[in-house]
Amino acid sequence: MNRLRAIFLAPSAAFTVVLFLIPLSIIVGYSFHTRGVYGGVTAPWTTENYQRLFDPLYGIILWRSLVMSTAATVLCLLIAFPLALFIARAGERAKSIYLYLVILPFWTSFLVRTYAWMFLLRDTGLINSVLLSLKIINEPLPLLYNETAVVVGLVYGYLPFAVLPLFSNLERLDKNLMEAAADLGATPWNSIRHVVLPLCAPGMRAAAVLVFIPCLGAYLTPDLLGGGKSIMIGNLIQNQFTTARDWPFGSAISLALMALVMILLTTLLKQDGEEAL
Amino acid sequence: MKQSRFLAVFAALVYAFLHVPLLILCAFSFNSSRFTVWEGFSLAWYRAMFGDAQLGEAAWNSLVIALASTVLATAIGTLCAYGLWKRGSKWLSGSLYLSLVTPEIVTGISLLAFFQWVFRYLQIQLGMHTVILAHVAFSIAYVLLVVMARLRTAEPALEDAALDLGANEWQAFRLVTLPMLQPGIIAAALLAFTVSFDDYVITSLVAGVDSETLPMVLYAMARRGANPVVSAISAVIFLGFGALILLSERMQKR
Repeated sequence: MNRLRAIFLAPSAAFTVVLFLIPLSIIVGYSFHTRGVYGGVTAPWTTENYQRLFDPLYGIILWRSLVMSTAATVLCLLIAFPLALFIARAGERAKSIYLYLVILPFWTSFLVRTYAWMFLLRDTGLINSVLLSLKIINEPLPLLYNETAVVVGLVYGYLPFAVLPLFSNLERLDKNLMEAAADLGATPWNSIRHVVLPLCAPGMRAAAVLVFIPCLGAYLTPDLLGGGKSIMIGNLIQNQFTTARDWPFGSAISLALMALVMILLTTLLKQDGEEAL
Repeated sequence: MKQSRFLAVFAALVYAFLHVPLLILCAFSFNSSRFTVWEGFSLAWYRAMFGDAQLGEAAWNSLVIALASTVLATAIGTLCAYGLWKRGSKWLSGSLYLSLVTPEIVTGISLLAFFQWVFRYLQIQLGMHTVILAHVAFSIAYVLLVVMARLRTAEPALEDAALDLGANEWQAFRLVTLPMLQPGIIAAALLAFTVSFDDYVITSLVAGVDSETLPMVLYAMARRGANPVVSAISAVIFLGFGALILLSERMQKR
């Protein structure tokens, strides 16, 4: 068996080493170098790139990314939990249709979904033109290119990631528990609050991680919906590698982002074991 | 269980939030005006879309890249899942999961740095091949995840029985386990195709001048401002993927 297994694993191992681990190691190496005069990467070795992360100029971008990702995650959980509860209580046939409807937009291009919000929110967009033609407002509201637009885009983009784990958590719950709560006089609200919600903690954690991580590394959403003033870590990294041509600093930000992701994954999912991935 | 009215209304609102923006976008791709005021039905933007040579080339590139990387990633990922199912490998599955949670922008810039570094020694440039390699690299983990889920429901004793009856290991894989994995492999291929066809962040960093993809053109158009042609392309992509999903559901039920 061992020979066949080795042959089967060889291509994926080769791809993983050459196109994932080595590139990542190069970034680690670059992050300790100095930016060259023409944007290249040169000696001497330094930790200055990491110290610059605490510069308020960049610190504010890191902070903003954390705040916006947290806001998007909280909103996703608040929206996803009642929806997952609704789907879990539906009949078998309806259930699969409801789930399909949650996943459907996810299969469309992310770019298209983001563009749909640009179409709605821009100054000449649908919401503003409807409000203008109804004479509710006299000049267009600045809906696009701000932090709210980014958070809306993030929620829209990653909501399915929150619904699915919560749904599978609710599916596994013992229905008798809720009936017992009802029999003992709990109102529906109280049985959700004191019985269902605590039992959904693993689903909540999984949902939070699945939404928070892509939000933190988001690039397209802040780029298209946020404009220049609401950039996040992802945009800062891209900027360092393209216009600013400071690869060592870009590498250091990338690794800081990776570290944040890893810390989150290990702390939030520790209780659930590796299976949760 | 009885549905509460509050939940039903709430769910209806969430579904509206998820679907109405896309439906409106599709509807306005048939608007004769370039502005967001409805003036009448027109196919002008679709004509403009099909007449655009740059767009056609980008769509073709995207299709070639997505097909090539899907075939490669599905084959490599399936073999990998099978190998790991036989006996785990901590470093390999760990690295693949890590690649799954690595933000796209980080994957993109590290591949860019890697290609630049390699090209200093070899006289090659960024192009279709680098995009396909990058796409295969990030799709393997998705394929692994889907095929692995299917393998978890598999019965190892079946292969043992085949081996007892005189099959060699390759035959046991080829004739017993692989047919059983088929629905998982189709689902994995579909996922690999969509992530490849849709990817902008990584692609834009490792693409060359001759390998502009559809998302790259869409992005450039979207940034330039309101353009009904983008709505038309969006509607086509939306319908195309919808059809693909339905088709695959049919194939898996058969």
